[in-house]
Amino acid sequence: MSLANTAPKTVISLQDVDKYFGEFHALRKINLTVAKGERIVICGPSGSGKSTLIRCINRLEEHNSGKIIVDGHELTDQVKDIDAVRREVGMVFQNFNLFPHLTIVENLMLAPRLVRKTAKAEARKHAMTLLERVRIPEQADKYPSQLSGGQQQRVAIARALCMNPAIMLFDEPTSALDPEMINEVLEVMTDLAKEGMTMICVTHEMGFARSVADTVVFMDAGEIVERNTPEEFFKNPQEERTQKFLKQILSH
Amino acid sequence: MNFDFSLIISSIPQLLEGLGLTFQLWIFSGIFGLLLAIVLMLMRISGKWYLSAPAMVYIYIFRGTPILVQLFIIYHGLPQVEFIRESFLWVVLREPFGCGILALTLNTGAYVSEILRGGVKGVPKGLGEAGAALGLSKMHRFIYITTPLAVRLAIPAYSNDVISLMKSTALVSTITLLDMMGIARVIVSETYAPYEIFISLMIIYLVITWATQKAFALFERRMSRHIIQ
Repeated sequence: MSLANTAPKTVISLQDVDKYFGEFHALRKINLTVAKGERIVICGPSGSGKSTLIRCINRLEEHNSGKIIVDGHELTDQVKDIDAVRREVGMVFQNFNLFPHLTIVENLMLAPRLVRKTAKAEARKHAMTLLERVRIPEQADKYPSQLSGGQQQRVAIARALCMNPAIMLFDEPTSALDPEMINEVLEVMTDLAKEGMTMICVTHEMGFARSVADTVVFMDAGEIVERNTPEEFFKNPQEERTQKFLKQILSH
Repeated sequence: MNFDFSLIISSIPQLLEGLGLTFQLWIFSGIFGLLLAIVLMLMRISGKWYLSAPAMVYIYIFRGTPILVQLFIIYHGLPQVEFIRESFLWVVLREPFGCGILALTLNTGAYVSEILRGGVKGVPKGLGEAGAALGLSKMHRFIYITTPLAVRLAIPAYSNDVISLMKSTALVSTITLLDMMGIARVIVSETYAPYEIFISLMIIYLVITWATQKAFALFERRMSRHIIQ
């Protein structure tokens, strides 16, 4: 087998992406490619544009210039392309954003039922399989408000998986959690990574970055300052801003 | 002064003869008003100025003027206009009943649309984003995520408006209709016993209000079953 054939396929590509919020320049000429199966951790100080960057990938934010191509679909104003991308990309939010009026299993069934027109019994079966994967099948018929934060976030991961996405985006998935609940969520994410899911994860969990990521991206003031393998990134940061950031978050 | 307690009780059956009309006015204008309110609310949140601006003007006018004035303009004023007398609107407007329903509908629609808008705005933005990220269309998100949560948020204010509408139906007695208030005024003019008759009337309105509050409390509890303390 030749090496050329095993070269990983690019699934996400951002080219010179700029994003403004009014006057505020949130993303500056971002260039980033993500290969199939790659696990990227994005870190950086708050307000550096990390969340905005991943929110542009499924068009929860619209970029102002440059190109974003996800799995062959360029993100434009075309609703068809946006829907196609969103079906391929799952997202997990900092505040879980579970639908409070639906039970856990209904949270997982809603999108397959409406978007894919999956039959009810089949949607429920798939949902239960996913709940087992995140280790809370026994909570299926409860409402989100009855679950702990860690459990809710695991449900949110399962819900994002119910559309069988090829790519998962995580927007600070553990930042709103009590410390004792962080690990149960990271474990589920690590399982996903082991299964070969393409993942982009905005997080401050440097232990997770070290053990799971293929690539660590450091952002500051709307720019990608540095990207490297986790070993090099932590051992041998190149840029002054990266060194300063690492000193701040690793000194505790 | 002679206060006749027995008259309070004995006038109730007579007043109840107007109950049917009160209920008709209340229910028809309640339903039409709610439909109007939904349209106005959708116009307000559409994000398109040519839809939201007319809705805002409409709401401003109908919330900003007394309902009695609106009723009089519809009943006394509109029939003066020739093309209205010649149009299909005349079918509604030539009867005081139609005028009453129209005035109550237009007025409650303005109030309820703002109540509904408050409910929609109260649904956390992140839930819509979660729906969008799952690939749900705008329409699906509105129907399956925003609406059930907005309804729950709007119930307390909406129940207020429904009760207020019930009481407003009494105003139609000023345009010759014999609802309970209209009948009360007739009895008063015959018996010269305003206290007794109006106290009877108050009792009937209070009973209706009590039943309405109970019904909404049940509805609210049902819509809140996901909120576990």
